[in-house]
Amino acid sequence: MHPFMLSRPTDISAAIAAHAQDARLAFMAGGTDLIGLMKDRVTLPERLLNINGLPDMAKIEALSDGGLRIGALSRMSDVAADPEVRSRFPVIAESLLFAASGQLRNLATIGGNIMQRTRCPYFRDEDDLPCNKRRPGSGCSARYGLNRNHAIFGWSDDCVATNPSDLAVGLAALDANVLVRGPGGQRSIPFTEFHRLPGNTPERDNVLDRGDLIVAVEVPPRVEGRTSHYFKLRDRQSYEFALVSSVAAVAIRGGRIDGARLAMGGVAHKPWCLKAAESALRGLSLDDTDALKAAIAASFTDARPLAHNAFKIELAQRVALRSLQTAGARV
Amino acid sequence: MIKPYAEQAQSDVRIDVSMTVNGSLRTLRVEPRTTLLDVLRDELALTGPKKSCDRGECGACTVHIEGRRVLSCMTLAAMHDGQRITTIEGLERNGHLHPVQEMFIEHDGFQCGFCTSGQIMSAVAMIEEAKAGWPSAAATDVTKPFTIEDLSQAEIRERMSGNLCRCSCYPNIVAAVAEATRRR
Repeated sequence: MHPFMLSRPTDISAAIAAHAQDARLAFMAGGTDLIGLMKDRVTLPERLLNINGLPDMAKIEALSDGGLRIGALSRMSDVAADPEVRSRFPVIAESLLFAASGQLRNLATIGGNIMQRTRCPYFRDEDDLPCNKRRPGSGCSARYGLNRNHAIFGWSDDCVATNPSDLAVGLAALDANVLVRGPGGQRSIPFTEFHRLPGNTPERDNVLDRGDLIVAVEVPPRVEGRTSHYFKLRDRQSYEFALVSSVAAVAIRGGRIDGARLAMGGVAHKPWCLKAAESALRGLSLDDTDALKAAIAASFTDARPLAHNAFKIELAQRVALRSLQTAGARV
Repeated sequence: MIKPYAEQAQSDVRIDVSMTVNGSLRTLRVEPRTTLLDVLRDELALTGPKKSCDRGECGACTVHIEGRRVLSCMTLAAMHDGQRITTIEGLERNGHLHPVQEMFIEHDGFQCGFCTSGQIMSAVAMIEEAKAGWPSAAATDVTKPFTIEDLSQAEIRERMSGNLCRCSCYPNIVAAVAEATRRR
């Protein structure tokens, strides 16, 4: 790795002020993504702030209203094992357990998980191939290169990468909020607005500015929380990023879908919410597979495949159906 | 390649770190960029943790920090001041191998041996995770409590998936871990 300075602030305001003033400074929590990016010379910060000593940021709180507040420095393994997380929002525990490995989950944090950068091999290439996300203006190697694992929704000619976070898919489906502290104070960002589409500025993965620090993720109470499921399809059965994944959370009344939330991973630059499908699913029976398929298809009319990933359009619909029926069986 | 000026200036910085490694307090001056793995191997001559992929993809560098399994290649030594580190060299007690080590021998859980120290360190901590009731992706329902009695072969395979073995000794590794769990 390149040489850098490392310090360990104990005061949140000081850490935020330092980050706001210094474009060559980066926060580091678990470090499991950032260290890999530095080894591959994708990012070369000159100063790192080891934020693991910041107070009150590693708590997992089951709120009295049925919601959940997960401190940004909570480790993935602790959140996945938490009894309240598992019973209130099984999809959160599942999405964490289907990610990375036991060793990585013991270091990696919730804040870092939603900040992790794309696994597009051109972005991470040690030979520094053209990539607009890595070097703005250099071009997109994946657009006409090998793009089997890339996006089918929301991509631009400048970037066809996908977001690799499993957890993010569930947080998007459950209307979670990202609690951020910046130089101007604290604010809450709806999870679905946290990550960006690439457009012509793919170097920006999310809406955070300099000096912004994620302090927690909040999940509001939802009746569908308990009946939620994460289904992840990969090229190998374990320890692999998603080819396509889906979160479903359903509320059932009288044997019919009263409300459904559907979001997908591995298909876009951000967690992709299937809004049209959610509307079309209302009132359907979970046993009526043909009707469910037709409802899900409503969200795929704007899917645009690349040269090597047209298969994802059919695959993603099947994955969404599976997650929906599995979640529904939990009622 | 010519080093940028900033790299030259910052390569002089050192940080003092004290860690309890395999029961002994070790104090070192390290460059901030030094990984825990490099400190263990190059400064402390503990070559049990292996530098294989060096990218967090293979598990050969697995050690314990405060009893938890982690990848020592993906964390900086300077981040673990004051903490307790255990490597494969610290597993045996009074000349007796750890039960997981014994079972790897008995079940022939390795061929070339390069991944073995990582496999064993991972398994030792994994069994503790299972005892603590942590679920895994092998569970059909994470809302249900997990006990060590539920640690099936499928559970072991899933929980050990962060440790790759190019000799593909997986069936014997799973058998070794399963028996070590029974004999705990």
